[in-house]
Amino acid sequence: MDMENQARVKAAAEKYNPEELVVILGGGEAESSGLAAETVTVGDPAFAGPLAGVSLGLKVYHILEDEVKEACDPKVYEEQIGMMEMVLDKEAITQEVRRIREQYSKY
Amino acid sequence: MALDLKGKKVIIIGDRDGVPAPAIEEAVKSAGAEVIFSATECFV
Repeated sequence: MDMENQARVKAAAEKYNPEELVVILGGGEAESSGLAAETVTVGDPAFAGPLAGVSLGLKVYHILEDEVKEACDPKVYEEQIGMMEMVLDKEAITQEVRRIREQYSKY
Repeated sequence: MALDLKGKKVIIIGDRDGVPAPAIEEAVKSAGAEVIFSATECFV
């Protein structure tokens, strides 16, 4: 995750109750999605940005996960996400993000 | 089970080569979430 976004996530976690925060990812691959999920839970895996060594433990989901899909208006979800849901490797991406959430999310 | 996003503060990190942030924003707003900030990254 780029430095600027790490800083914004960190600021949001300080400003708001972290229990009320949810990070939603749109990564196109399992690996990049997993790295972003790690960044907002255990900290920046590259140890380069503002979240290096900072374990926020935020709740993190990928937009393709069924729990998120079911929460959205079906028509809006289909219009906005439907195409990419067909194109991307949904199973690999959602498995990776779920694995990291279950392991590292504190909330 | 559906994730309860009603009234939740949401941070969106979209991907230029995946799902861009504006599309995610529309979807989670329809679930009643409040978007705090959204950004589209290029992971390459």
